[in-house]
This record gives sequence, structure tokens and C-alpha cells, in this order.
Amino acid sequence: MQRQVALIKQSLFDQGYLDDQFMELEELQDDANPNFVEEVATLYFKDSARLINNIDQALERGSFDFNRLDSYMHQFKGSSTSIGASKVKTECTMFREYCRAGNTEGCLRTFQQLKKEHATLRKKLEHYFQLARQAGPKETARRPK
Amino acid sequence: MINPGHGRGPDSSVVGGSSNSDPFPAGLRVLVVDDDKTCLKILERMLMNCLYRVTKCNRAEIALSMLRKNKNGFDIVISDVHMPDMDGFKLLEHVGLEMDLPVIMMSADDSKSVVLQGVTHGAVDYLIKPVRIEALKNIWQHVVRKKRNVSEHSGSVEDVGGGDRQQQRNDADNNSSSANEGNWRSSRKRKEEEVEEQGEDKEDTSSLKKPRVVWSVELHQQFVAAVNQLGVDKAVPKKILEMMNVPGLTRENVASHLQKYRIYLRRLGGVSQHQGGNMNHSFMNVQDPLSTLNGFDLQALAVAGQSLAHLQAAGHGRSSLTKPGMSVPPLADQRSIFSFENPKTRQTMNLVGNNKQMNLLHGVPTGMEPKQFTGSHMRVQQNVQSSGMLMPVADQLPRGGPAMLPSLRQQPMLSSSVSRRSDLTDAVASSRVLPATTHSVFNSFPLASAPGISIPVSVSCQEEVNSSDAKGGSLAATGFGNPSYDIFSEFPQQNNNNNKRNDWDLRNIGLVYNTHQDTSAFSTSEAYSSSSTQRKRQEAELTEQQHQPLNRSLNHMNQVYMNGGGSVRVKSERVAETVTCPPAITMFHEQYNQEDLLSALLKQEGIPSEFDFDGYSIDNIPV
Repeated sequence: MQRQVALIKQSLFDQGYLDDQFMELEELQDDANPNFVEEVATLYFKDSARLINNIDQALERGSFDFNRLDSYMHQFKGSSTSIGASKVKTECTMFREYCRAGNTEGCLRTFQQLKKEHATLRKKLEHYFQLARQAGPKETARRPK
Repeated sequence: MINPGHGRGPDSSVVGGSSNSDPFPAGLRVLVVDDDKTCLKILERMLMNCLYRVTKCNRAEIALSMLRKNKNGFDIVISDVHMPDMDGFKLLEHVGLEMDLPVIMMSADDSKSVVLQGVTHGAVDYLIKPVRIEALKNIWQHVVRKKRNVSEHSGSVEDVGGGDRQQQRNDADNNSSSANEGNWRSSRKRKEEEVEEQGEDKEDTSSLKKPRVVWSVELHQQFVAAVNQLGVDKAVPKKILEMMNVPGLTRENVASHLQKYRIYLRRLGGVSQHQGGNMNHSFMNVQDPLSTLNGFDLQALAVAGQSLAHLQAAGHGRSSLTKPGMSVPPLADQRSIFSFENPKTRQTMNLVGNNKQMNLLHGVPTGMEPKQFTGSHMRVQQNVQSSGMLMPVADQLPRGGPAMLPSLRQQPMLSSSVSRRSDLTDAVASSRVLPATTHSVFNSFPLASAPGISIPVSVSCQEEVNSSDAKGGSLAATGFGNPSYDIFSEFPQQNNNNNKRNDWDLRNIGLVYNTHQDTSAFSTSEAYSSSSTQRKRQEAELTEQQHQPLNRSLNHMNQVYMNGGGSVRVKSERVAETVTCPPAITMFHEQYNQEDLLSALLKQEGIPSEFDFDGYSIDNIPV
């Protein structure tokens, strides 16, 4: 069971969904905060869902306020990097580049991609946390060896 | 907030430094501001892991009001750059202006322009998200650095009389400072930060000296409105004060705020300036006399060619002394040249600057003389000690017991003179907040009273007197044998009294156009370029080789001096205005000692005055 958890996590790293920052978070998890990573992830998904919603609305309005989009995306990027959501971060960066170039097409396309990556990561992480909880609290904090 | 903070609670341990049992930095009070909840949560956790006491806040406005409400409640602030309610830079600006806390900026935005903006706004560090815990483990250094600067300034006032303890403290501080410097150098944006730190530090000085006025947003806006109405260039504190019409606000408050504001504007305006040169930076911020000094030094250095870096370091040290912040690196640099003076310098700076300002203003600095003298005396002692000599020797020093002198040799004197030179600057610097008239008083005062600077001056003066009075070199030699008091009394006789006084002041200042051209030249070069030993040595050599009357080489020096010193003239003019000020008289007493020493020394070694110069510079180098 614990082995399975470790494997899943490893695959998340291998497939590029997560980066080192996620490990940093796991190191912060200890007996006093046994679910720290999961709490952070939950917070992230909640907050980013709100941001995605904001961006959705801004895009639907049709008139592109690139500055506004850029600042939303900046925040998105900030929190994504903080939890080590590597692929999402890449999409954020790309989105901002399109914003600066004033490329509406690119923005829309990237945003769809971003939502997809975001949803995928969410699913995978939920799965991972669920398994980790079943495997027992202590092991979740361990780094894959 | 500074003094109270220092000496109680966990803060005081910061100041004290390096004991191992010290829990610091555990318990460091950190305020984190970020609108991103995820980041905030992670940061909080990381900071707690570092054993800091963390307060988090997701809105800049709230953070600011928290800081205002509880000014001593935090040691350091970490703030995001992009926040919806208030730009992080705005927060940084307010924290910089209102409370003297180190602020670290962070952002996912790693573009150079944004980082630079943070730094130019006064951030002590800029972290790029994702923030790593390693970076946070180190942030206490900014608190120490800040407190260290503060403590040296405030502490020195208390410890005016107490030699050893202060000395130890300073030593300890020095050690830690060099350690800090290591970190510092390795940090990413070293150069910019360096500039910034200085700039930022500059802001502290004035605030240290007077009860602080809270520049609330409203007050600041009133201020800005007044400045804008007057025009930034034309705005003077008095007018601003009139326009603002706020009860309780003094002209000094406005003046210091105006200065900060100008610095701030400059930061915003000139990133290139920042990169261009530290010196420029300090020039611009400092008012005339000081910048003159700095400028001169720099140029003198450039002339010297050698040890430019050293000079700059000295210049840095000085400029940052001016503005209290004094960044660590320059200090360290300077120390490498003038190994021991630095701490003392600062000490006296406060002494002169804080305690005696009032006296100076009244133009009756009687109290000042002894004080300052004591200061220098102390320093001499310390220098002697540090060079491995005995205290008693140092004690003899001022009295000029010739027997002891040989053992002392030039070195101690040298260093004392060097530190005095910085005194001078410091004094000027600390008068920065005063009205212009004060400046000139101050200028003339420390200048004239910085006998250390004019050791060779007095000698040359003597020589002159002798040679013109009696006939030629041999007699001059005898002249040295005389107690310097005699010589001094001779001096006045030669020139009528008024003239004499003028001379002294002018000479010290470095006015070249006097009857006593040569002397003035000497003193000038002394005063302004004691660190540019190279040039001096050249001079000395020149003199030696040519075996010409002092006059020549001195003139030569004048030229050099003048090349470098367009701005110096301004200064000398200023001083010249105050030539008649009473301090000039009392100063002589101080000079006697120096002179005494020197002449005795000369006598002992049988060296003509030119050599003295030479020896001086040579000794200076290893110091």
C-alpha cells in the first residue's frame, strides 16, 4: 500500500505534473501538521477555481483586457509554482506571454489547455492523497527514495 | 522605536550578536503579506519551521494598519509584489518611511525590472516564488544588519566616555559584520542591493535623531500636494510647512521627510544612476558640504590612481556614515585600510553630531573642544592599543612627552588623524538636518578642529615661520626643537592676529588663495586625501628630490588639489564665511598636542618636515 503511494507520487514527478517545490511542502509536513500538503493543495484548488472562474468571465466578455488577464494569471502562476504544479505553471507562463503579445487566440487556446492540466492534476492529487491517507499518516511525509 | 527596542526582549540579543546560547533568530517576528492564500499558508508554515513568530495577512492595507498600530510588533516584513488592494511597492514605501523595518519583497515575477524596482524602493531582499525555506532561514540577517546600524549610532551616544566596553562591542560587531559581508557578497543582486542598502540606510539617519513624526498616508499626501504645488525643485521645508499647515509639525520634520521623498523620487527616476555609481548616489542625496567632501576624496583618489577601490570604500563608509544606515560592505572595506578607526569614528560622530549640535549652533563650542578632544584622545589610545602598544604611552601622547614618542612613531597619530578626518565628515554629515547656516558652522568647526588632519599642516606652518623668520633650513631644524607652543606663538606674531585666524581656518579648509599658500595646500591635501597616500608620497618624494623650498612642492600639491576639487572651493567659501567664529581659537589647543607630538617626533628622528610627510604616507599604507 505504502509502496503504491510512493509509486504514484513518483509517477507524478516523472510525468512532470509536480516539481521539487512539492517535495519542499512534504518536508514541511510533520507530526504537528500531518495533513499539511493536502491542506495546501485543497486551498490551492479552491483558490485557483475562483481564479479560473474570473478568467473565464473575463474571456467571455469578449473585450480583452490583457492587463487584467495578465494580473489574474500572475496570481495563478504564483500559487501554482508554490505548490509545485509544474505543468499548470507552464501554461500560465505561456498564457502571460500571449497576453503581452496581445494574442487573443493564443490566450484562449492556452487557457483551455490550462484548465485541462489543472483538472488532471487535481484528479491525480486527490487520488494520491486518498491513497496516502489509507496507507497511514506517517508515510505520507516521506520522500520517495 | 529604535532605542526602546534595543536592550530588551529578544531584540537585544540581536544587537549583542554572537553568543551561542542565544535563541535568536528563533522568535523573530515576521509579518507576511500576500493576497494568495496558498502562498500565504505555505510561507507561514515555512517561517514557523524556522521558529519564527509569524503573523500573516492577505491584504496590504490591513498589514499597514497592523504595522502602524504596533510599531514594535515586528522585526521584518515579507510582502508580495502584486496585490489587488495595494501594490507591494507602495507598502514597501510606507514601511520604509514610517517604520524602520526591513522589507523583503517576493513575487513569481522574476523579470529584472521588477526585481530592480523592489530593490530601488528599499527592499532588503527580493525572493522569487516559489520561495524556498532555505531563503527564509536566512532572513534574520537583515534584521541584524538593520539593528546593528541603529545600535552603533544610538549606543555610541551613551558610551561617550566609556572606552573599553565600547571597544569590545565594536570589535564584536566588526567581526560579525565581516561575516555578514560574506553572505552579502554572495547574494544574488549584490550590487544593486549594496546601492540600495546605502540609499535606504540614508533614510534612517535623520529619523534617529529626533522624535519621529508619523507620516500617515494623509499627512504624506498633504506633503506631496504641497511639494507638487511648489515644484519639486523649488520646494523648501519652510514653504512646505506653511502650505501644509499642520500643528506640531516642525520644519525639521518636513525637511527630513522632504529629503527622503527626494531620495525616493530619485530612486524611481534613475535606475541607471543606481547602476552607474554609488558615489553619485550619495552625492545627490547629501547636501553640499558633505558631497564636497566625498567628491573631493574621490577625485583625490582618482588622482592617486592607486587604491581607488580603497578610497571608494572610504568614501562609501563616509557617505553611509552620513546616512546612518552604513552598509556593511563598505565598512569592512574601509576597515581593511584603516584597520581600527571605524568604530571609533562612528562613535565620535555621534558625539559630535548629537550631543553638541546645539552648542555649535550657538557658536560657543567651548564644551565641545574638550569633548572632542577626549574623543580623539580615546581613539588614540585605542589605536595604540590595537597596534600593540601600551596605554601609558598613549596617555603621554597628548602631553607630547618626547621621550615616549619614538615608540609611538607615526602610526598611532596617523590613525588618529584618519579617524578624525572622518569625524569631520561625520560631523558635517550629522549636521545635515540642520539649516544651511548650521552647516557652515559645523563645517568650519570640525574642519578647523580636526587637527589630526592638519598634523603636517602645523608642521609645515612651523617650517614656514621658521624659515621666513629665521634663515633657512638649519634654523628650521632648530625650530623643531622648540616646543611647539613657542612656534605657535611665533606664528601669530608673524601674521597679524586676524590674518592668522583666517589662515588657520582657511588652511584647514584648504583654501589655496591665502598668503600662506603652501600651508593651505598642505593641510588641504592632508584633510582630504589622507587616504590617498599615493599622491602624498609622490609629493614627498618630489620635495625630497628637488630639495626645494617647501613652497614648490606645496604649490604642486595645490595644483593637484585643485584639479580634483572644483567642489572643494565651494566648501572653502562656506567655511570662510565663518572664519571668525570662536571655535578657531580653542582649536589651537588641540592642535598643540598634535603639533607637539609631531615636532617632538621630528626632533627625535631629526627629520626635516618634508620627510615627515613622507613617513606619514608610508606608514599609512600598512595601516
